[in-house]
Amino acid sequence: MSRDPRQVDRRAFLAAGVALLLGGCAREKKRLDRLMTTVSHFNDGVSARLFSPTKLARKYDVSKRSPSFPSYFVSPVTPKITNPGDWRLEVGGRVRSPLALSVDDIRSLGQLTYTVKHHCVEGWSAIGTWSGTPLRAIADRAGILPDARYVRFDSFDAGYYNGWDLPSAMHPETILAWGFNDRELMPDHGAPLRLYAPHKLGYKLTKYLTRITFTAERPGGYWEDQGYPWFGGV
Amino acid sequence: MRRHHPIVRITHWMAFPLIFAMIASGLQIYRAYPRFGEKGGPYYANPFQDLPSWARLGGWLAGGLNWHFMLMWPLIAIGLLYFGYMLLSGEWKKLIFRPRDVAPAIQMSRYYLRLRRDHPPQGKHNALQKQAYTFILLLGMLSVLSGFAIWKPTQLSWLTRAFGGFQAARYWHFWAVWLFVAFTLVHVTLVFVADPASFRGMITGRYRGRYTNDEP
Repeated sequence: MSRDPRQVDRRAFLAAGVALLLGGCAREKKRLDRLMTTVSHFNDGVSARLFSPTKLARKYDVSKRSPSFPSYFVSPVTPKITNPGDWRLEVGGRVRSPLALSVDDIRSLGQLTYTVKHHCVEGWSAIGTWSGTPLRAIADRAGILPDARYVRFDSFDAGYYNGWDLPSAMHPETILAWGFNDRELMPDHGAPLRLYAPHKLGYKLTKYLTRITFTAERPGGYWEDQGYPWFGGV
Repeated sequence: MRRHHPIVRITHWMAFPLIFAMIASGLQIYRAYPRFGEKGGPYYANPFQDLPSWARLGGWLAGGLNWHFMLMWPLIAIGLLYFGYMLLSGEWKKLIFRPRDVAPAIQMSRYYLRLRRDHPPQGKHNALQKQAYTFILLLGMLSVLSGFAIWKPTQLSWLTRAFGGFQAARYWHFWAVWLFVAFTLVHVTLVFVADPASFRGMITGRYRGRYTNDEP
């Protein structure tokens, strides 16, 4: 053996040191992630306090509409339903009478059109006109139970879903939109029906809706489960 | 002589890494949409379009957001602590640039431009320092306020409007970054070139440098 045993010892010592450091880092990383999640929940609480259930968003003239309005979905291709006539929105969970509604049924419950600024978590914003039915009208029809505190929105876009706090969902400007810029909602913007509100970030506005569930427990969300802020209010 | 109260020293040395982590996580967030203006344009001028990855903190947008929205609280807290101390102790009088400091500032500029030979008399800080420190405190307030304008443009619409709208608020917030960076470079350079003893003063609280006169 030509190798100096002390050198081996030193090497082993170094290796052990590096392993310890990396192990320590992994543990620190976990602790940091936990801390960030805690602070993120705290910020959800701050956002809920800053949220006004009656304050209306600033309205714009239709001439201010953005020339391009990005569309987005998580499926590899634009999600479309094969038989639009069969599509129904299911409303259930903590409600007195679960519903299954066609777009025409929903339209008959009330209509609201506004031209507002859309805020994306990425930092871009765009102005567009949205037409829809206030979610509150549908909630009134279904009759939400006193223990309902959250709303879960499901879609046919590759499992995309969102969870909302009830006050944001019952805001008068929270709508189920079936129209965009004076036309019927197109598949790239979430046809046949999408959630819209000028007081939430874009990723909270579930497109391609299939089901609305009122819950007592806080639902997660597609991006929220991966670390994005849960409240997502603007 | 005693120079800086512990509150000043602690908040100073906490603000330094916090502001830089806020900048790094902010640049991570900025990367998701590195321009300013409504979608489709027109866009505000931006000389800092592409930034190196070492300047970012968080790894991806959500990581940047979580760092930014976590560190903003200790930064705001030490900001309030500092402002509270300055107001209650009366120390602000030695630091804040006021109309009476205009003439001394001109004399100080003349000295630096070598139009005047002797260093003008000064208190704890000379008038140009007061100008710089007042500026950086205002910049800190502007950063926090424009940050809230970006965070809650619908709920705090009055604030967002005061900055000229959502995209303009992002633009203010972004320029604050480069002003902080520029200030830090000048500040650190001047500390070591003009008054190295003041560096020790900010650490130990005691000052044994050249400018020992009390407030005139």
